[in-house]
Amino acid sequence: MLALRRSIALRSIARRGLSSSSVKRSDALFVHRDTKYNNPSIPFEFSKENLTKAEEIIAHYPPQYRKAAVIPLLDLGQRQNKGWTSISVMNYVAKLLGMPPMRVYEVATFYTMFNREPIGDNFVQVCTTTPCMLRGSTEILDTVCSHLGDIKPGETTKDGKFTVIEVECQGACSNAPMMVVNDDFYEDLTAASTKKVLDAFAQGQKPKPGPQSGRHTSENSAGLTALTSKPYGPGEFCTPEFQ
Amino acid sequence: MAGSAGMLRAVSRGTNTGRLGKSVCSSSSRKAGRRQLSSTAPRQADITLTVDGKEVTVPQGSALIQACEAAGANIPRFCYHDRLAIAGNCRMCLVEVERSPKPVASCAMPAMPGSKVWTNTPLVHEAREGVMEFLLANHPLDCPICDQGGECDLQDQSMRYGSDRTRFHEITGKRAVENKDLGPLVKTSMNRCIQCTRCVRFANEVAGVEELGTTGRGNDLQIGMYVEKTMDSEMSGNIVDLCPVGALTSKPYAFHARPWELKNTESVDVMDAVGSNIRVDSRGVQVMRIQPRTNDDVNEEWISDKTRYAYDGLKFQRLTTPLLKQGDRFVPASWEEALQAVADGLAASGAKGDEIQAVAGHLADTETLVAMKDFVNRLGSDNLALDQAGGTAPPVHGVDVRSNYLFNSTIPGVEEADVILLVGTNPRHEAAVLNSRIRKSWLHTGLEVGLIGERADTAYGYDYLGDGAKALADFVAGKGAFAEKFKAAKKPMIIVGSALAEQADGAAAFNALAKFVEKNKETLVTDEWNGFSVLQRIASRPAAYEVGFVPSKKASTTKPKFVYLLNADEVDPKSIPRDAFVVYQGHHGDLGASLADVVLPAAAYTEKSTTWINTEGRSQLGRAAVPPPGASREDWKIIRAISEATGSPLPYDDVLALRDRMWELSPSLVRYDARERTSSPIALAGLRALEARTRGAAVSGRAFVRPIANFYMTDPISRASVTMAQCTRAFVKGEEYGFSGSREQPEAAFA
Repeated sequence: MLALRRSIALRSIARRGLSSSSVKRSDALFVHRDTKYNNPSIPFEFSKENLTKAEEIIAHYPPQYRKAAVIPLLDLGQRQNKGWTSISVMNYVAKLLGMPPMRVYEVATFYTMFNREPIGDNFVQVCTTTPCMLRGSTEILDTVCSHLGDIKPGETTKDGKFTVIEVECQGACSNAPMMVVNDDFYEDLTAASTKKVLDAFAQGQKPKPGPQSGRHTSENSAGLTALTSKPYGPGEFCTPEFQ
Repeated sequence: MAGSAGMLRAVSRGTNTGRLGKSVCSSSSRKAGRRQLSSTAPRQADITLTVDGKEVTVPQGSALIQACEAAGANIPRFCYHDRLAIAGNCRMCLVEVERSPKPVASCAMPAMPGSKVWTNTPLVHEAREGVMEFLLANHPLDCPICDQGGECDLQDQSMRYGSDRTRFHEITGKRAVENKDLGPLVKTSMNRCIQCTRCVRFANEVAGVEELGTTGRGNDLQIGMYVEKTMDSEMSGNIVDLCPVGALTSKPYAFHARPWELKNTESVDVMDAVGSNIRVDSRGVQVMRIQPRTNDDVNEEWISDKTRYAYDGLKFQRLTTPLLKQGDRFVPASWEEALQAVADGLAASGAKGDEIQAVAGHLADTETLVAMKDFVNRLGSDNLALDQAGGTAPPVHGVDVRSNYLFNSTIPGVEEADVILLVGTNPRHEAAVLNSRIRKSWLHTGLEVGLIGERADTAYGYDYLGDGAKALADFVAGKGAFAEKFKAAKKPMIIVGSALAEQADGAAAFNALAKFVEKNKETLVTDEWNGFSVLQRIASRPAAYEVGFVPSKKASTTKPKFVYLLNADEVDPKSIPRDAFVVYQGHHGDLGASLADVVLPAAAYTEKSTTWINTEGRSQLGRAAVPPPGASREDWKIIRAISEATGSPLPYDDVLALRDRMWELSPSLVRYDARERTSSPIALAGLRALEARTRGAAVSGRAFVRPIANFYMTDPISRASVTMAQCTRAFVKGEEYGFSGSREQPEAAFA
C-alpha cells in the first residue's frame, strides 16, 4: 500500500482519478436558474459592429431559414458577453432570428463550447483525450491547475483571470499534448512551457500560438528523414519542349 | 437538439393521420410547405413488400413499421407515434431487412418495394434486448409506486425483451434528473424518462407549446423548458397519454387507482361542442379519470384539458335530493313533494301560454330538450329560451336550415381548407381540439388564417383584420391583402363563432357574411365543399337548434310567470321576473339552482346514456359510467314525471319511445356517429333566408368580444372542479408559478 502510494507520488498523478473534473449534476448543467448575474432581465444587445456582422451571417442563409444562423450568432454573442452565453444572449438571438427561445436553448445546451456560466478572462482548455494523455496531458493539466493557484478543472482563479477545463480532442494530436487558451492552440507542451504560456497570459501578453517546442507545425521534431533533397523546380527533369 | 431538429423536419406520414396526407399532396404543388423545412413527398402508387413471409401492400411513403403492422406483425416502439413526426431515437422497433448489414429502425425507414423484412428472428430479438437493457440501465425500478404501472409500454415490453437480471453495477448509481414543474395537470418524474421525445413533438406540433424541448446531450439529455415555466396549453394532458413510461403522469389522478381496477365506458364529452370521444374510467360510483378515444373524424386522439380533468367537478356541489325553497332557505324534499310543488307552482303562478318559459342550458342533453319542448308545447307555450346572451329572442341565423348554424365543412374538412377566416371566435378556447387541427394544417400546408374579432393567442399565426363590423365590411368589399388571398383560394373557409349571434352587431355580421358567401358560392358552397361553418361552443346548442328549441317572435316578448331552468346556469338573474315561479333542473348547485323555488336533481353527462349533437351536427351516444348520486334522476325522466304531475303526460315511457319521437323530429338525431351534409342548393337557400331575415340590421361598430374569458371554467362541472380552479390560478391568473422568461410575444408569432 505504502509502496503504491509512493509510486503514485513519484509519478505525480495523485489527484488523477478516472476523471478529474469536479462532478456536476446534470441539473446544474442543463436547467437554467435565475441568478444575480444571469437572468432574463439583464439586457443584452449586439454592439453596432456585431449587429452588422450578424446581419451578414444571416444573409448567408435563405430568408426562410434564418434560424440556421443560430450557432454563429450565439458564438458572436458569447464573444461580446465576455466569453459566456447568458440567458439574455440566448433570448436576444432567439428574438433576432424569430425562433422560439427553447430552440436556442437546445442548441446552446447541446454544444459544450457555449459556456453558460461566466468564465475568467482567459479560458484554458486542456485536452485530455487519448493521444494527448499518452503524451503526458495529465502532467500538463496538473501543472495548469497547480500553477494557477490550486484550482480544479472547471473552476476559475480567485483573481478571475483564468478558467480551466478539461476538453476532448481538439484535433491537434500530432502536436500533443496541447491546450487551448482563448482561441489559440498551444501545442507540444511541457510543464515548463505550459507555465511560461500561462505566465505570459497572466501579465496580459499573448505568447505566440502553435508548438512551443520550436517546431513550426507538426513536422518531425528530429528533422526530416525523407524528402531531404532540394525539391524540383518547375520544368526540371522535363523534356526540352516543356522546359 | 440534433434529434429534435431532425424530427421537426420530418412530417409524419401515416395511413391514418386524417386527411392531411392528401391535402399535403394537393398543396405541395401550389406552395411547398412554407413553415416546414421539407414537405411530405406526394403519395404515389402502392408498393408491395414481404414481411415475415407475408406479402403486404402499403401506400408508397409509408414507414416500414406501418407495413409491418399491416402484415400483422407487432413491433415494439417507444418514440414512434403515428400522429407525430418521426424521431427514430428509441431504437426499439428494430427489424431485420434482407441485404441490410444491420438491424433497421422500422419507424424511420421507408417501406421499399420488394424488400423482405423479418420481425421475429434471433437477430431482431437480440437487438431489441440490447436496446431494452440500455433503456433499463437508467430507468428506476419503482414500478410499484409508479402511476403508469399496468399501462406502461416499458413495463409491457420488458416482459418480452427485458433481462431478468442486471449487468449494471455502476457505483454512482443511475442517472438522476430533477423533476420539472409543468403546472397543476402534469406530474413529472423525470428519472423515469427514456427520452423518446413524444411529449416534445406533441407540444411543438400539435399543442403549439414551443417552450418544451430537450436540453443537454447524450446521457444528460433531459426534457424540459430550460427556464422555469409551466406548460401553458389547453392540450397539455395529452402528453400524459403519449408518455410511454411513467415520467409524465396525471397530477389529479396521482395514486388514485390502478388501470386494472377501472371500468371503461365509452362516451362523449360535453365540455365543448366538438363532442370529443372519451373513455370514462370509473371505480364503483366514482369517475376516476377521463381518457380520449380515437375518432379520426372528431378528435383524432386528443382531448382538451377541460375534457380530461374537469371530472372532479362531478364530485362537488352536487344536487342529490330535491329541494324546496322555504323563505330564505332550501329544505330537502321527496320527489313526490317536489313534483307536486312544481305542479302547484305552475298552477299558482297563473302562467298561460307563452308565459311558461323553459331555458335550456349548456349541458342539457338532446333527449331532455325534446321532452322539454314537447312538454312546454303541450302547455300551449312557445317560449323556449336558450341560456345565452339574447337567448330569449329567436337566434339571428334562424334554425330552419341546419347549414346556417352547423360546422358545415366538418372537423376533418378543416385540413382541406387553404384559407380560413375566423370571425368573432377563438377556436383555441371554444374548440381546443379543432384548433390543433388548424395548427396542424397551418404547420404542414400553406394554410392562411385571418381573424376578425378580439385578438387571441391561437397557436398559429394569423392576419389580423380588425375587431368588428368595420373590418368585416372591408373584407367583404375585398379590401386588403387577406381578402385577395381569400378570393384566390380553392377551398376557402369561414369559421363563424357561435358568439357572433349574441353580439350587438351579430345580425349585421351574419347578413354581410351570408351575402358574401352567396356571391362567392363557386368556391364557398359547392357540391363537395361548404366553407361557411358556424363553430358552436356549447354542447347542447346544436341539439337545441336541431329540435327547434327556440322561441317564436311572439313568445320572446312575453314576460314569463313560470320559468323552467333546464341546466341553465349562465342566466342573468335580473332577466327572471321577481314574481315568476322558478324551477331548476340540473346536477350542480350553481347559479341556476340558487334562483329556483324548486330544485330537481338530475344526472350529469357521465351518469346518463343520452344523445349529444356536436357542432358538425354529428349525433353521438354518451353512455352512463356511474349511477347518478343520491336521489337524482335522469333528466328526461324528470320532465316525464312533471308532465304526469301537471296533468299533461308525455306519450313516451321509455328512452326508446323518446328516441322514436326524436326520429320523427329529425332522423339525423338518432343516426349515431353519422353526419348528414346539407346539399348546396338548400344551404344557399338557407343563406338567402338568413340574409332576408337580417336585412337592414343596424351596425353599432362595437368590437366582437370573445365569449370565453377563462377556458378552464365554462360550465357548472368545470366551475366546481378543484383541478380547473388550480388551472385558472396557474394559467389564467399566472399566480404561484414562477416564470423567468420574457413573454411579450405570443409563441405563435414565431414558428
